[in-house]
Amino acid sequence: MAEIRLVNIVKKFDEDTVVNNLNLTIEDGSFTVIVGPSGCGKSTTLRMIAGLETPTSGEIWIGDECVTNMEPGKRNIAMVFQNYALYPTMTVRKNIEFGLVNKKVQKAERDSLIQEISDIVGLTDHLDKKPHQLSGGQRQRVALARAMVKKPKVFILDEPLSNLDAKLRGQMRRELIQLHKRLGTTFVYVTHDQVEAMSMGDQIILLDKGVTQQMDSPMNMYHDPNNVFTAEFIGTPPMNILERGHLNAVLPTLFEDVKYVGFKPEHAEIIAGSEERQDHVVLKSEILTTETLGAETIYTVSNAAGMMNVKRFDTPIEETNDVQIAIPYEKLYFFDGQEERIRFIEIDRTAPQQPKPVLVGGV
Amino acid sequence: MTLANSNETLHRKREQSALSALNWVAVRPYMMIFPAIIVFTLFFLYPIGYMIYLSFHDWNFVSPDKDYVGFSNFTALLQDAKFQQVLRNTFMYSFATVSLTISISLLLALWLNKKGAMYGFVQGAIFSPHIISLVSISMLWMWIMDTDYGLLNWFLNLFGISNIPWLTDPKTSLLSLIIVAVWKGIGYYTLIFIAGLQSIPKDIYEAAALDDTSKVRTFFKLTLPMLSPTLFFLTIIGLIGSFQVFETISIMTKGGPINSTNTIVYYIYENGFRFFKIGYASTAGVILLLVVGVFTIIYFKLLSRKVHYQS
Ligand SMILES: Nc1ncnc2c1ncn2[C@@H]1O[C@H](COP(=O)(O)OP(=O)(O)OP(=O)(O)O)[C@@H](O)[C@H]1O
Ligand SMILES: [Mg+2]
Repeated sequence: MAEIRLVNIVKKFDEDTVVNNLNLTIEDGSFTVIVGPSGCGKSTTLRMIAGLETPTSGEIWIGDECVTNMEPGKRNIAMVFQNYALYPTMTVRKNIEFGLVNKKVQKAERDSLIQEISDIVGLTDHLDKKPHQLSGGQRQRVALARAMVKKPKVFILDEPLSNLDAKLRGQMRRELIQLHKRLGTTFVYVTHDQVEAMSMGDQIILLDKGVTQQMDSPMNMYHDPNNVFTAEFIGTPPMNILERGHLNAVLPTLFEDVKYVGFKPEHAEIIAGSEERQDHVVLKSEILTTETLGAETIYTVSNAAGMMNVKRFDTPIEETNDVQIAIPYEKLYFFDGQEERIRFIEIDRTAPQQPKPVLVGGV
Repeated sequence: MTLANSNETLHRKREQSALSALNWVAVRPYMMIFPAIIVFTLFFLYPIGYMIYLSFHDWNFVSPDKDYVGFSNFTALLQDAKFQQVLRNTFMYSFATVSLTISISLLLALWLNKKGAMYGFVQGAIFSPHIISLVSISMLWMWIMDTDYGLLNWFLNLFGISNIPWLTDPKTSLLSLIIVAVWKGIGYYTLIFIAGLQSIPKDIYEAAALDDTSKVRTFFKLTLPMLSPTLFFLTIIGLIGSFQVFETISIMTKGGPINSTNTIVYYIYENGFRFFKIGYASTAGVILLLVVGVFTIIYFKLLSRKVHYQS
């Protein structure tokens, strides 16, 4: 039982409020990713869970135990630090063994645990090296091994892959997912990379300025954002958010106080300048740049409503001037003046068609 | 003159200039270090050489003759019971001073390595002796350690301890000098230790906290190994400095009472400038040079291995 609950957590550094009334539940055995822009309080939140920072107010529960003021070493949590924080004077073996000695584990058991763990993470040949003799990826594995060997109730990882190159990062990402499957322990993983969050987490918590923006599964996060912030954070490229005022000419009448209209880059189509479409927002546009990524192509287009991205999976378009982009009505997302999502909306299609209320939500 | 001929001279000229250019390239580095070489020779090599030369002679400082005596200065010195005591005093003084200074400074550094006005003030206060001249320090401590009117004995009297003749009893005189040296040294040592402590990354302590490590084990397994370069540096420069102690002895005890605080440098001074046995003094100088040299070599040898350095 290692469900983690943060109840009304506030953290201030002097007068700076870094985390503001955070409430969240991290389910037992889940792989929860905390994601958000730099400086939004991810590390601070993680460090409070680990006990390296004390919240200004609020409570932290692990399972059915309130750990708010418990020492870090007693919480049965293992942490993997962003820069690994290996003990530089000790060999890999000693690094892994250190916590076990503190727990008074017998020598023979320690040795077999080290053997087992170093097999799993592929460090067996490096046990007698010092951290400075290892590559970044190997150090990463030592940090993981040191955390794993303690068999903690909760693993917390603070941007553990950010120092690795793209290829190794991909590999470690898959290894971590497998590791989580095998151990079944709760993982709390911090990253500022939404791709990492989407690909690894089964629950994502999106933070901004110390406030939860959305707590959801990756698919919901992507398809059903709560607000403009989430919509603009998730996705490569993220959702295009346009001011409704720029679209009045092409939108049907909306019976709600809509301030922003959004659509996903892959939901827009690029059509010839003369073509017409029913039940679509159609904008005369100009293609500014074309990024061909192999399977997909990302266009940056400019039109009356501003600049926006379009992602297509067909062959790249040559014509750049006389084109239109068309977005189906049911793929539009609507947001109010507070940038909150309006989920159910009536569209008046009278001019020129008959009125017909439609549910939209981009789903 | 034919065309071929003139061509040949041209060729030769070019070759010559190429040769001189080559010479210049080879000579240039020596030219550039020449001034430094002059200074080094004049002020380092020559005095050392002259000291070694004098150690094989008998000279009274004024006589025009220096009599060559071979190794007899060395044999006399090494059999000299007084010199043996001088060596013992010097080693005692050095090892005690350095080990005490290092232990006290390390404890102070662990305590002072925090933010806050009070810690800054204490740090400044204990550093201040470092910038006071040794002459003033010696005068000050002669008064503090005075048997009848000294502050130290007055203070001890408060606890019912009777007067201790700090500087005038051979049993306590060397200890007194060690106290003065430690008092002067801790400020500087503490400062260096604090710098060393601050260069240890915070997150390894956090990792240790998550590993449920006790304070004592954290100190011995993390802090101390991480400090080992600092520790080693301070030990060696401390020893080398202490071997050459002179001012406090010359002012406070003049090597006495009954030779109990006489150390190598003071012994050299005494023989050279009070007894005018220049050859004998130079011989002691050579021995000091050897001792310091050995420690310097150990320093550089060990520096390259054994001691942990962050990469
Ligand atoms: N010890 C501290 N003292 C004062 N302010 C702090 C301290 N630690 C963090 N902060 C502030 O708290 C805010 C959040 O910091 P935090 O490290 O949690 O951000 P983060 O979300 O982890 O960012 P990143 O993605 O860059 O790691 C920042 O504005 C930072 O300046
Ligand atoms: Mg961070």
